Amino acid sequence: MIDELLVWLIFFLPLASFVVIALFIRPFLNRYAAAAGHLTIAAVGASLALSVWALGSVQARGESTALLWTHDWMEIGPLDLNVGVMLDPLTAIMLVVATAVSLMVQVYSTGYMRGDPGYARYYAYMSLFTASMIGLVLASNIVQLFVFWELVGLCSYLLIGFWYQKPAAAAAAKKAFIVTRIGDLGFLLGIMYLFFNREAFGANLNVLEITDIHAAATLGLIGGGAATWIALGIFAGAVGKSAQLPLHTWLPDAMEGPTPVSALIHAATMVAAGVFLVARFYPVFEVSPAALDTVAIVGGVTALFAASMGLVMNDVKRVLAYSTISQLGFMMLALGVGALAPAIFHLFTHAFFKALLFLGSGSVNHATGTFDMRYMGGLRKVMPWTYGTFLLGSLSLAGIFPLAGFWSKDEILAEAWRHGELVSQVVFWLALAAVFMTAFYIFRVLFMVFGGEFRGGADADPDADPHGGGAHLAESPAVMVVPLAVLSIGAVLAGFAANPTVDLGLIPSFWLTEFLGEKHSTINLGLAAFSTLAALAGIGLAYLMYSAKRISPERLSRRLAPAHRLLYRKYYVDEAYELYGVRRGLYGGLAYALDWTDKSIVDRTANGIGWLGANVGGALRQAQTGQLQVYGMAVSLGILTILGLYLFFS
Amino acid sequence: MDFTGLLTAVVFLPLAGAALIVFLARGAVSVRVIAGAVALAELALSVVVFAQYDASAGAPRYQLVDRFDGWAAMERFPVEYFLGVDGLSAPMVLLTGLLGMVAVFASWSVRDRVREYFVWLLVLQTAVMGVFTSLDFFLFFLFWELELVPMFFLISVWGSGRKEYSAMKFLIFTILGGAFMLVGIVALYFSTGEFDMTVMPEALRAASGLVMPAGVIFALFFVAFAVKLPVWPLHTWLPDAHTDAPTAASVMLAGVLLKMGGYGMIRVSAGMFPEVISDFGWLIVTAGVINVLYGALVTLRQTDLKRLIAFSSISHMGFVLVGIASVVGVGGVVSPVGLAGASLQMFTHGIITGLLFLLVGYVYEKAHTRYIVDLGGLATRMPVLASALVLAGLASLGLPGTGGFVSEITVFLGSFEVWSWPTALAAFGVVLAAGYILWLLQRALFGPQRERFADVRDATVLEAVPVGVLAAAVLAVGIYPSVISDTFTAGVEPIAAFIQEMAGR
Repeated sequence: MIDELLVWLIFFLPLASFVVIALFIRPFLNRYAAAAGHLTIAAVGASLALSVWALGSVQARGESTALLWTHDWMEIGPLDLNVGVMLDPLTAIMLVVATAVSLMVQVYSTGYMRGDPGYARYYAYMSLFTASMIGLVLASNIVQLFVFWELVGLCSYLLIGFWYQKPAAAAAAKKAFIVTRIGDLGFLLGIMYLFFNREAFGANLNVLEITDIHAAATLGLIGGGAATWIALGIFAGAVGKSAQLPLHTWLPDAMEGPTPVSALIHAATMVAAGVFLVARFYPVFEVSPAALDTVAIVGGVTALFAASMGLVMNDVKRVLAYSTISQLGFMMLALGVGALAPAIFHLFTHAFFKALLFLGSGSVNHATGTFDMRYMGGLRKVMPWTYGTFLLGSLSLAGIFPLAGFWSKDEILAEAWRHGELVSQVVFWLALAAVFMTAFYIFRVLFMVFGGEFRGGADADPDADPHGGGAHLAESPAVMVVPLAVLSIGAVLAGFAANPTVDLGLIPSFWLTEFLGEKHSTINLGLAAFSTLAALAGIGLAYLMYSAKRISPERLSRRLAPAHRLLYRKYYVDEAYELYGVRRGLYGGLAYALDWTDKSIVDRTANGIGWLGANVGGALRQAQTGQLQVYGMAVSLGILTILGLYLFFS
Repeated sequence: MDFTGLLTAVVFLPLAGAALIVFLARGAVSVRVIAGAVALAELALSVVVFAQYDASAGAPRYQLVDRFDGWAAMERFPVEYFLGVDGLSAPMVLLTGLLGMVAVFASWSVRDRVREYFVWLLVLQTAVMGVFTSLDFFLFFLFWELELVPMFFLISVWGSGRKEYSAMKFLIFTILGGAFMLVGIVALYFSTGEFDMTVMPEALRAASGLVMPAGVIFALFFVAFAVKLPVWPLHTWLPDAHTDAPTAASVMLAGVLLKMGGYGMIRVSAGMFPEVISDFGWLIVTAGVINVLYGALVTLRQTDLKRLIAFSSISHMGFVLVGIASVVGVGGVVSPVGLAGASLQMFTHGIITGLLFLLVGYVYEKAHTRYIVDLGGLATRMPVLASALVLAGLASLGLPGTGGFVSEITVFLGSFEVWSWPTALAAFGVVLAAGYILWLLQRALFGPQRERFADVRDATVLEAVPVGVLAAAVLAVGIYPSVISDTFTAGVEPIAAFIQEMAGR
């Protein structure tokens, strides 16, 4: 059985790595930079080992209550804030996902980031991120969770803007922080409203402790109305972090960061934290059908909407970014229809295949110097490992039997179908359409990048980073290929191994579902066949358009010009936010008006009164005769007045 | 008569240092050395005061008392020399010691009339320490007014831009506020026969009649504090004074002087007039929300680094008001959370904005411009200063792990149950803060390096030390807030309890 110190170590090891790099390796001096990478890898590796141990302990313990250790943090009257670690099945799974993907990404980065002047700084941020992510899943208190929630956002900000000399990167970092903060404001309001309801918790439950919130929700201490508002507040935070509609615009721009960052933070872990958050407070959501329906609809619409934008993007990372948003939408809709275990299952498998796809795109970028697929092509022969792993990742994402994505996606569809209520029905069809699109866009990527002939890479791309070096076609070094291979094992096996439909001996059937304390449904074979057909149709269409060239994509986009433009311009949502929300509404509107008011009315009034004072003072100067008798008389009058007032009022 | 001497030393050490500089120092170097030594000793003393204060339950409310009642030899005029700290003022003493040290070291590069400059800076510190430790109204008022003189000269002589205008504006606003307060103090005296602030709440209740209605006395004090904090629309002196003041004066202004307003509101307005503040809570929370949102929106438009931070201070002081307004209570219960949040906000805003003004002062010194549009790409040339500015900025926008978060969430949690919708509105300030801070960082620090800043240097060791001290303080409060919140809680709990008792009657 794991003890408290070891659980804290999972968090403190990467944090220590950050502190050591920041204070002793000192990123700006650029000496001993290589040590920063090794230190991070060692720390994350140790955290992974401990996380696996923690998972084993939770499994062996087999009770439904969480392991919990808490300490005082701040106490002000009724506000009793603790910090602690909480270990339950959900935490244990998230720990393993976060540390495993992080380890792969850190190893890969030693190759990808090699020679970057910010190498040590990169690893400092990555260590801090890993620590914060671990802190987020371990948190035992909602405020503590919020602390790490914002800290992963900070790391995301720092890493998106890692190449801060690039204006686009600096702007994308700012956008990510502000957009997610709008969601976080909702989360904060949810916490306020929760604290507002503290009387309902009684004397024995601490309103801010997560386990006590679970207890209160289960015991019915939080009523439906209160639960709805608390849940919606929490969900607002999740919408921002997981880039769901309408706060999705930051994630595609976040691709300005280094690609391993996209793989770890903007695909596998941090953005999935939104799903984790809803799952963490699931008992509260279960009290409120309205909140659950909201989650389902937002998730379903996002799944389709994001996938549709992924159809037309030319930047491989942007396609993957929209894909991530769409897949997170799948997880959200699963949560919304009451399928907690399938959502976490999909989070688990998605972490592997999406990290793999991102790292694969980084490997491709390493060789070609660009992310624009129009200047790639023909890489299958030059980069066989990258191609092979990318193919596995794509099949997994498309949900083809028997890869990981198939199992988890299928459970989500089956649950949505099984529920049969109106909302579930609607999101089921949304999701099914998204499955078709998913298969299409990812195979479009595959054919454009790896199929056909090479189209010049960075040398042909007018927008390529001029400092990035040109194309030098070759397979990436082993430190990059090995993580790809490891992750592709996950992309293939994670689904079947984590939640097998048959008893595997070592792993019993439906292990993950039951580990999360849920009942599993039986496999719906007809549905599985149907969704596989949808996926195959998408792959077939992509093949016809981008490999066999039977259908010309150019002609198709010309024929469907309005629709194509709508998708390509991202439904004009970014423009609307930027122009009407920020530029005209806020900066040029409200802020302008108030700034004008401040200068021209408030300040001028103050100065006007000052002017009046100066002139009245001039008049009063006549009274300054310098004769003591006059002053004496004035003082006496004053005292008399005060005395008079005193007598009058008393 | 109690006398431990510690607080007397804290208050008058800077003044003694100023005297040393006047009489002993020969040349700029010795002036700086004396000032530096005094500032460090003062910081050490203020740490001792803070550490000595016993915040545990059952400890006396006012501690380290220095009391000497034969000071003014008038029988009918019971003015005392009465210093002491409670949980509210002990952290403010620490804050003043910390920022006083920072202000002195931030002034190392002052070349003009060095002796006078440091004399005024030290006198200022004495005045502010006096305000936070005085427990006699007359003494309080003396220190309150004394603070004006050094600040006026610091701005008008060593400032920049429209410095005379700004100094005069600052002076007029504050003197007017002070005049109101004087009338208030006199009215309290004639009502109760007391200047003793510790017994004033009870004395006011016991008084047979007041010379003026309590609401009027309350208003007289409140105006003085509202000018200082500042509360919209009495804020217009602040952007001018902060922008045109020299770096050290900006640090002291934003870091400490504004807090005199919030401190007065909690100790006097809330602590002595519970019924009145309960009636006017709606007004305070409205003012707070206006401060937060108006301040933040106007901040968005600022292009001068110092002016931007000055307006952000108006926004952040709004949170203090929102926290204070929570003393109205709900259902007859007054929780100390909002008041604790307000006082935490004063402390954390002090160290965060002190750090911001310090860093901006360095940037101005090195890049020779404060105009954000002209800046850019500085991170490459000054990574240490840029990192510190990022940290201070993130703390200012309330990032968890920094002090700014602790105080803001405490204010929100404390005040939401009393003023739900206003608090929710005020919380929007958090998003707006992210907007202006990140815009500042992006424009000033990031982007391609500019030719004209090719030989800008990073911080020297001497410059980095005060930055490091403040940054460490910002993180310390953020990571383990109990270091400061326990003391504040001990300070505001009796006030909240008293208000609840009065409201229950």
